[in-house]
Amino acid sequence: MIPVIAVSNLGKRYGRTVAVDNVSLEVFEGEIFGLIGPNGAGKTTTMECVEGNRVPDKGTISVLGLDPRRDANALRQRIGVQHQEAHLQKRIKVWEAVDLWRSLYTRVVDADALLTRLGLESKRDSWFMNLSGGQKQRLFIALALIHEPEVVFLDELTTGLDPQARRAIWGLVTGIRDRGTTVFLTTHLMEEAERLCDRVAIIEHGRLIEMGTPDDLVQKHCPERTVVFTSDDANVTERMQGLGTVERVEGSSATYTIRGAGDDFVTDVINVIAREGIRVRGFRTEIPTLEDVFLKLTGHGIRD
Amino acid sequence: MQPRFLRGFWKLTWLETKIFTREPMGFVATLVMPLVLFIALGRAFGVAKPVAAPEVDIPFNVAILAAVLIALSAVQSLVAIISIYREGGILKRLRATPLSPVTIMGAQVVVKLAFTVISLSLLMLAGRRLFPGIRQVNVFSFTAAVLLSTFSILSLGFVIASLVPTARFAQPVGAAVLYPMLAVSGLFFPVDRLPRAVRTLAYLFPTTHAVALLNGVWDGSGWGAHWVNVAGLLVLFAAYTALSTRVFRWE
Repeated sequence: MIPVIAVSNLGKRYGRTVAVDNVSLEVFEGEIFGLIGPNGAGKTTTMECVEGNRVPDKGTISVLGLDPRRDANALRQRIGVQHQEAHLQKRIKVWEAVDLWRSLYTRVVDADALLTRLGLESKRDSWFMNLSGGQKQRLFIALALIHEPEVVFLDELTTGLDPQARRAIWGLVTGIRDRGTTVFLTTHLMEEAERLCDRVAIIEHGRLIEMGTPDDLVQKHCPERTVVFTSDDANVTERMQGLGTVERVEGSSATYTIRGAGDDFVTDVINVIAREGIRVRGFRTEIPTLEDVFLKLTGHGIRD
Repeated sequence: MQPRFLRGFWKLTWLETKIFTREPMGFVATLVMPLVLFIALGRAFGVAKPVAAPEVDIPFNVAILAAVLIALSAVQSLVAIISIYREGGILKRLRATPLSPVTIMGAQVVVKLAFTVISLSLLMLAGRRLFPGIRQVNVFSFTAAVLLSTFSILSLGFVIASLVPTARFAQPVGAAVLYPMLAVSGLFFPVDRLPRAVRTLAYLFPTTHAVALLNGVWDGSGWGAHWVNVAGLLVLFAAYTALSTRVFRWE
């Protein structure tokens, strides 16, 4: 498969600070690719180099077969961008921004249809400053999509939004992918990456430390599984012997935490419960997430 | 195929014009303040030496002061807009479109020049009505001189806009550069009476040449007699533009 974006040995420093250190990655057609890591890890710098909006010190970048610096004008017609914490003129109306953007590209989509798709049709005549955070981001998505780009870059799209607005944006992003557009996004929210991304690359201190599908990364780095259930059965501990480590928490009815590893672990626990006829009052599984992967790989949480 | 810098140029210019008129404070500062100042000072000091009484000592030409203030308020407004646009990432976002950097800045300049003309027209209308008997000045020549001056001072505005760290500092930094420039421009006392060092400095400011040219147009000696100042405005425009393309920050 030919990559839509190919980055090799990208390097960028600001003065003495190394922002991006020898990053190589590939993004394929029709996927949502996420660059994830804490603030200041080098996500935005990497993305801006790929967009052609920042000049790298080292390395080569190819987007849709073009060089983002040398072929900047040709590339701008084929990619859409959304910047982190961006604004427009306070008193620009939604339709005016869309109208201006439409005049800049050779091939454009219908403005009203796009605004409707993004749920902004009732905000056509509103000033930018009077839009909510979620509406502003949806407008920026509209501006990024106005020329039917082949690749869309979304930088920290949902930072600062409330959970409801965030979910609405997630739906829009998967919609972009489902229409065949490749999406390259950055986020420091592991839940967002897990929900949206087909593949992720974890970046920290400018270095790419791991790359893969969220599931694969969790399997590889955090194979532990945990089953927690409550039961009045006195002999749970010995019945679960051999499956994994069993911890017992006494309460009005005892809570058992059973830790094991591997894909079959949860099934094995359920089989034992069924076979032994253990009466269970509550049951849940705890499966590690990308957040756990990040913690394991870096030794600290994403929000540090 | 239209040249690249024209792509979106008129649309952006018209849009920026509309946006500017939606900002009540900027609108008032640009159109009303110079006018109010002109009328107040004109009543206090007289607009200029009456032709019939050349010996009357008037501290400065109020009409020229008002014209220069119009130019300076255009520059102040440009500096404020650019610093706000930079801080909000608006410049960065516009630059990530097919708009050329020249277009983004050119639209701002055209809007400022357009409002300079409007403001100046209001000033001249007020002058005609309120101060009859002042010397008849060639309106087109005077307007052209103000426009050329504004154009030149705006190029310095881009340099100031590059120096302003955040939008909060746009007003004070702008004022700190522009008003001392006005003080040594020759409007209040002749440039050749200034200390040598200050005089040299004064000629590096477009305001000094602007005041000399406007005085020339006012007293009828005309553009030909002040070609040095016209050249000065053009050379400083080129120099400041060259400097600002080197030091300008888009984010």
